[in-house]
Amino acid sequence: MISAFFIFNQKGEVLISRLYRTDFKRSIADVFRIQVVSNSDVRSPIITLGSTSFFHVRVNNLYVVAVTKTNANAALVFEFCYRFISIAKAYFGKIDEESVKNNFVVIYELIDEINDFGYPQNSEIDTLKSYITTESVVSTAIAAEESSKITSQATGATSWRRGDVKYKKNEAFVDVVETVNLSMSAKGTILRAEVDGHIQMRAYLSGSPECKFGLNDKLVIDKNERGAGGDAVELDDCRFHQCVRLNEFDSSRTISFVPPDGEFELMRYRSTSNVKLPLRIISTVNEIGTTQVSYVITIKANFNNKLSATSVVLRIPTPLNTTNVDCKVASGKAKYVPAENVVVWKIPRIQGGQECTFNATADLTSTTVRQVWARPPIDVDFQVLMFTASGLIVRFLKVFEKSNYHSIKWVRYLTKASGSYQIRF
Amino acid sequence: MSIRGPRKGENYELSVDLNSEYRDKRKDAIKRVIASMTVGKDVSGLFPDVLKNMQTEDLEQKKLVYLYLMNYAKTQPELVILAVNTFVKDTEDPNPLVRALAIRTMGCLRAEKIIDYLCDPLQRCLKDDNPYVRKTAALCVAKLYDLKPELVIDNGFLEQLHEMVSDSNPMVVANTVAALTDIHNTAIAAQISPSSSDPAIFNITSTILNKLLIALNECSEWGRVAILNALSRYVAQDEKESEHISERVVPQFQHINGSVVLAAMKVVMIHIRGVRREELVKQLIRKMAPPLVTLLSSPPEVQWVALRNINLLLQKRSDLLSNEMRVFFCKYNDPLYVKIEKLDIMVRLASDNNVDALLSELKEYASEVDVDFVRKSIKAIGQTAVKIDAAAERCVNVLLELIDTRVSYVVQEAVVVMKDIFRKYPSTYEGVIPTLCANLEELDEPEAKASLIWIIGEYADKIDNADELLGIFVDTYIEESYQVQLQTLTAVVKLFLKKPDSSQGIVQRVLNTATKDCDSPDVRDRAYIYWRLLSTDPAAAKAVVLAHRPPISIPRTTVSPALLEELLGEISNLASVYHKPPETFIGQGRVSADSVQRKGSDTSDDRFSAQKALQTVVAGQQAENLLDFDDNMTVEGQPSGLAATQVLPSTPAAANLLSGTSTNPLDDLVSIFGGASVSNGMSGNAFGTNGLGGLSSPTTLAPSSGFNNLVASSPAPPQQQQQEDLLGLF
Repeated sequence: MISAFFIFNQKGEVLISRLYRTDFKRSIADVFRIQVVSNSDVRSPIITLGSTSFFHVRVNNLYVVAVTKTNANAALVFEFCYRFISIAKAYFGKIDEESVKNNFVVIYELIDEINDFGYPQNSEIDTLKSYITTESVVSTAIAAEESSKITSQATGATSWRRGDVKYKKNEAFVDVVETVNLSMSAKGTILRAEVDGHIQMRAYLSGSPECKFGLNDKLVIDKNERGAGGDAVELDDCRFHQCVRLNEFDSSRTISFVPPDGEFELMRYRSTSNVKLPLRIISTVNEIGTTQVSYVITIKANFNNKLSATSVVLRIPTPLNTTNVDCKVASGKAKYVPAENVVVWKIPRIQGGQECTFNATADLTSTTVRQVWARPPIDVDFQVLMFTASGLIVRFLKVFEKSNYHSIKWVRYLTKASGSYQIRF
Repeated sequence: MSIRGPRKGENYELSVDLNSEYRDKRKDAIKRVIASMTVGKDVSGLFPDVLKNMQTEDLEQKKLVYLYLMNYAKTQPELVILAVNTFVKDTEDPNPLVRALAIRTMGCLRAEKIIDYLCDPLQRCLKDDNPYVRKTAALCVAKLYDLKPELVIDNGFLEQLHEMVSDSNPMVVANTVAALTDIHNTAIAAQISPSSSDPAIFNITSTILNKLLIALNECSEWGRVAILNALSRYVAQDEKESEHISERVVPQFQHINGSVVLAAMKVVMIHIRGVRREELVKQLIRKMAPPLVTLLSSPPEVQWVALRNINLLLQKRSDLLSNEMRVFFCKYNDPLYVKIEKLDIMVRLASDNNVDALLSELKEYASEVDVDFVRKSIKAIGQTAVKIDAAAERCVNVLLELIDTRVSYVVQEAVVVMKDIFRKYPSTYEGVIPTLCANLEELDEPEAKASLIWIIGEYADKIDNADELLGIFVDTYIEESYQVQLQTLTAVVKLFLKKPDSSQGIVQRVLNTATKDCDSPDVRDRAYIYWRLLSTDPAAAKAVVLAHRPPISIPRTTVSPALLEELLGEISNLASVYHKPPETFIGQGRVSADSVQRKGSDTSDDRFSAQKALQTVVAGQQAENLLDFDDNMTVEGQPSGLAATQVLPSTPAAANLLSGTSTNPLDDLVSIFGGASVSNGMSGNAFGTNGLGGLSSPTTLAPSSGFNNLVASSPAPPQQQQQEDLLGLF
């Protein structure tokens, strides 16, 4: 049970403070400031002092903090903090000190609504937006009727959807976004390759549409149900938005649901087999004596040449005592960033099958204490449109509605990496 | 009617604006009041002015006024009465949002006077047509119980809640379950001896069970957690029911919210105990693995909670994730707490098949920058060596490579780890001793020094210049830490017993220094014992000091089996994150010995419950030492040592338990030494315990009273651990 909820800025000033239960005084916030904000060596997201536990999440220099005195459900508390963050993002576009200060009234309304006596309540963004708005709601007879609808929606079996949605043009957009996590050893063996997939949906459909969603024909969802052939797409695990009927999925593997109105995350999945790595990195990094390091790094686009990788950024670490780096690149731009001890090599676009090479020498100053260079991995960020590393594709999205209207569906695929595609050298 | 502040300053301006004739100005002023309240300024003086703005059509303004009321109702109870009418009126408003808001806020006003006015509206709201109002009212009953339990019982609210478990709306069911559980917990905490006849006790019957299972699939994510929690408390009647519950809960593993997944795991782990069909158990366990791995792609904090729980689950079901070690490989930018947890799990999952991949990872980690993480990685190499016999040689080679880097902390940690490898595989890797000894000068940490000295002592007959090497430490004996002193003493005696001719001088020297100039009673006592042994019966000395000792092994569990079972029932709760029973960190951190004993009597296995109880008491004491900031901050500077000793007289049961657990070999040992040293006129307790802390116990204890230390080190749960400690004693 969450007894109190706070937001602090980086200096430890309280921006939002709400006590849900009475086992604390407001001064509990000072304890957090002393113990966490002004402590440079915090090594755990939960801190228990006496019988009081502080859960904190950092986001853009803010601390989102939940406090409890009980043996609370830790996963729930953190999920709640993150849910608050995503609600704030949906409401204000971003969450930082400025947006919290400017919108504190709405934030108080929100945290009052999504938590009662320490128990999280309905926190579906779409529903919340219908009755917690930035304009003031006036309580009149008409509003009362409207509110009845809202409340029955907030508590109903499809709490995520209003019944009276109407669109002239019925459309549904499906975005399959895959994030590739890779760690590759210096010898080029794959230590870990994993696809973290999200299926994001934007549904602009009238009424209460019943949707059925179909993925690849050769799709293995449970590893132990193998037998679909070697080239099948295997998902290790998948998880669904609360609108998906989990029982039906469990028994017959069909994904059926009544979607919320607007944008939501339909499904999240994970795949570790047959991961197609879109970019291959070959690196040779040699320390020449104690004064120089030479780099030869080749990046190769490993996909159909009709497609292209965009916003490719390589971060190539340099030793801490680097004075200057001399880079030669055929495509893109490379620049040494001393503050981060990396060379940033940006390539706006690489066509499928293309290869780019980076040559550089880093000059080092001599240091009194010879420190071993930890050689952090090379990190690659990129985006490839219309490509999925897992091989997953959307076969169909069927929409059934009483009025039998025609609906248009769009599907997009994107494979990307940011901060998780790492190659050691 | 109220005392007005001076006619200037911020509060005065606000008060003027709150009484303004313009609506916008008033609303703006309320916002400013709330802003001041947030940053901790006292705006309670504005109570009457704010109150005037309560009656309004504007919902937002109403909410703001309510927010203010909730904050100051406690300090201004006589003024809150003025608000009651508006509240009661609002609970009859045609707008359900307003009704719910009013009942929600009334429950949060912690003023005695308003409570009496709450009952009628609450009665009404519990029967409201609108489910949104009903679900809010359900929680309000829990609020009321928290404040004045008799009111809830007298007004029959509890019966009403029990009826509401069968509500047609799943959200109402979920909140009702949450409220009943909350009341249940409050009642248990308040009572000395919980009796099942208390109406506040929420017993889950099989009728309720079926309702919960139906509501589970329909309610919101948070509601599912509340229902799953209730399901985990249900005691299944027979095997069939256990199977039924497990099967109904399994689909929740696919939920997008990590807390639902973990709550479902908890239910399955509890009810799987009742399942005897081997095939079904296997199937359930198999279904748990993928969702657990998926939790690793959550935000780092959730990941950490998941990892701590995976660690527990692996202690129970070591086959759970046997093929998944790679997913636990650390990413370079993982937060440290995640990395350290992953390391631990990787070692747990290590097997003959994956040990090569593991070792190359660990070697990689050992070259990172964070000292803590590097040390833990090296430790993990040692644990792998001890765990997997076939890989020991490869581990030793990796360690040698690391020693070659000559980075100080890497070398020191590697030496400590090598000692464990020697203890597991005696006389196998003597070839590396010269390399270790070559780094003698680089060691400056006591644990590393002590480890190397132990190795030299153990292999004194095979190291030609052992007397020279030990001589270095004997020369600086007085300056060394106790840990090093104890090891030097033992090592020199070992050397003497192995090579009596060449080391007569050094043993004399060390015994002299240790008995005459040393201020630690432990060191002195041990020196006396050795001295007497050597002078009266050298053969006995040989039998004791050079006795064969069983090789160490990695304990499969880090907590006692009884505690593990308890913690598995706490999955995803704080207790499971800390791997400690909840009594140790909640309830003001003060664990009464009575409650501990009561708890102990519940469990069937006496031995473990006694150990667990001790552990609880100790942890409770430690928790007490932390600052207690309930009411004010003055206690902050309390010295921990003092606090710890003060607790002792109040927990005599700790002493009783300690002397009562004669099954614990450690206690026998302690009493032997206690007796031995009494004849010498020394402090017996202190001797026994600090000896334990000597070589192998990784916990560094503050040097407070001897008895206290004894309590702190004895409840180390597994038998194996105690044997290790025994080794360190000699």
